[in-house]
Amino acid sequence: MSEASPAKAYSLHLGVIALLFMLSFVLPDYYHGLLARIMVLAVFAMGYNMLFGYVGLLSLGHAMFFGAGLYGAGLTIIQLGWNVPLAFLGGIACGAVLALAIGLLALRTTGVAFMIVTMMFAQVFYLLILYFSTWTGGDQGQVVPQPARVLTFGATSFDLTNPTVRYMSALALFSIVLLITLAVVRSRYGRVLVAIRENEERTKMLGYDTFSNKLIAVVVSGTICAASGAAYALLFGYVGSSFASVQYSILPLLWVLLGGAATTLGPLIGTVFMYYVIDVTSGYTSAYLLIVGVALILLVLFFPKGILGSIRQRWLGWLP
Amino acid sequence: MHFGPHLLLAALEGLVTSAVLALTALGLSLVFGVMRVVNVAHGEFFMLGAVLAWAISTAISGHPALGFLAALVIAPLIVGAIALVAERLVLRRLNYNPEATIVATIGMLYIIQQLALSFYGPEARPVEPPFSYRILLPWFGYSGYKLSIIAASALLLIATWLVLTRTRIGLVMRATQYDSETAQAFGIAVGRVYGGVFALGAMLAAIAAVLIVPISQAHYLMGQDPLLLSFIVVIIGGLGSLRGTVVAAVLIGLSDGIISMFFSPTLAKIIATLLVAMVLVFRPQGLFGTASR
Repeated sequence: MSEASPAKAYSLHLGVIALLFMLSFVLPDYYHGLLARIMVLAVFAMGYNMLFGYVGLLSLGHAMFFGAGLYGAGLTIIQLGWNVPLAFLGGIACGAVLALAIGLLALRTTGVAFMIVTMMFAQVFYLLILYFSTWTGGDQGQVVPQPARVLTFGATSFDLTNPTVRYMSALALFSIVLLITLAVVRSRYGRVLVAIRENEERTKMLGYDTFSNKLIAVVVSGTICAASGAAYALLFGYVGSSFASVQYSILPLLWVLLGGAATTLGPLIGTVFMYYVIDVTSGYTSAYLLIVGVALILLVLFFPKGILGSIRQRWLGWLP
Repeated sequence: MHFGPHLLLAALEGLVTSAVLALTALGLSLVFGVMRVVNVAHGEFFMLGAVLAWAISTAISGHPALGFLAALVIAPLIVGAIALVAERLVLRRLNYNPEATIVATIGMLYIIQQLALSFYGPEARPVEPPFSYRILLPWFGYSGYKLSIIAASALLLIATWLVLTRTRIGLVMRATQYDSETAQAFGIAVGRVYGGVFALGAMLAAIAAVLIVPISQAHYLMGQDPLLLSFIVVIIGGLGSLRGTVVAAVLIGLSDGIISMFFSPTLAKIIATLLVAMVLVFRPQGLFGTASR
């Protein structure tokens, strides 16, 4: 990362956003829908990357933040009849509050204990969803009805079930989060996070309060993941406990590792790549967990920096 | 049934859970203690043990005890061999880096689970118990096989304790656990100890699974609950403490049995998981462990 080229970095990211915008007009229906889903999930991966890539905290419980957003938005619509923007904010707020509480507790531990604690809190969250199945729908999940997923501004209204509206909403969320991530990691605060990752003791010695910096990172990360979950509930209309299971804590880890941890565009590339691989291979076999497993092992053995991380190491040192 | 007998039944069921859990958790604890590796695939080794037990016992005709005994010997050996290969191919190359090994064992979990689904299928299949003797208590009859699980588990735990404290193998393992570099300097082949411990951990899980499969059926997703419960036991008991592991297993098994019977199994899991997360947060060395180095 060199200080010299903020313009270069920003134009690259704006270019990616522009490319995604253009793709909306040329993609065939199937891939159009798939890419909208991928963009929402890439937001999840970006939130995960904030903590795992930049602070070096490996959490195995981020499904709980995604789930908080998903249920926060979905249930406020289904049970309380809130409108779309309110439900979206509600989902984000659920994630932020949960992240603050979990961060306060889990950050007392480090390393392996941190992973296990986050995994256990996520498991409690998952079990609570099953336990309160009267309201949450349990493992069957619930469908957010189509009429509730219409965004109204005065006279104009946007139906989030319409493919174009859905794609553009996903793109808007993706762009905002991408630019926020870019700004955060380039800021002084972002440098402190990287310093904590590289050497926490030394950062503490330099006078930084590492605990509160890490806590902020957990809250930012959890909030982004919740935004992704809330968007998923609103755009795809399904709220189910499988999204809060351990598997959904591991998938963002996989996407980030694949794309390149601590790169702003890595999560997108990882998510696109993994979905594409699964899409291609599912034509030949249904054994998609096998691919996920093999990918994880091969990545961690031979490719620990991921796609974009390796590119940055070899050729493009300026990538943020 | 009155409250007393009901409680007795719940406690008996809980003790069976404890017995199986103690064995599974012991495997996880050994691997964690000696190698500092969190084996997320531990539950899948458990599941493999159960699935192989079904395969072996259906392949052998005759009295059910024959098939069961064959499974009890062969299934752990196969699982141990698989674990040894995985350790050689993956974990050793990662230099036992704690975070990388977690990701790699998650990968193993998915691979084993998918292979089980592809070759064994999604059905739950039963294994016939080696004997079906019922012990008649004044209030209800209780399966003699379940009681024998508790006995078998106790025997195996005592055997493991003897090996760890009274033999040269145990000494080498403890030396490696205490300080692997010094152990290496004294001529202990640390790599081989690690391979052996990983295989042993997997075999303990497989044995536990073979013992439980006659009462709970083999299913490709059955590894998830034992994994979580073993984590809980290992954390509450304190790393590498055999006594802690047994006490914690009894505690968790009993409370799981009693809460499940009087309230709901999901609630029992929620309470146990939350409790343990809190133990980890506020007392990371576990209830019985000494402070980690």
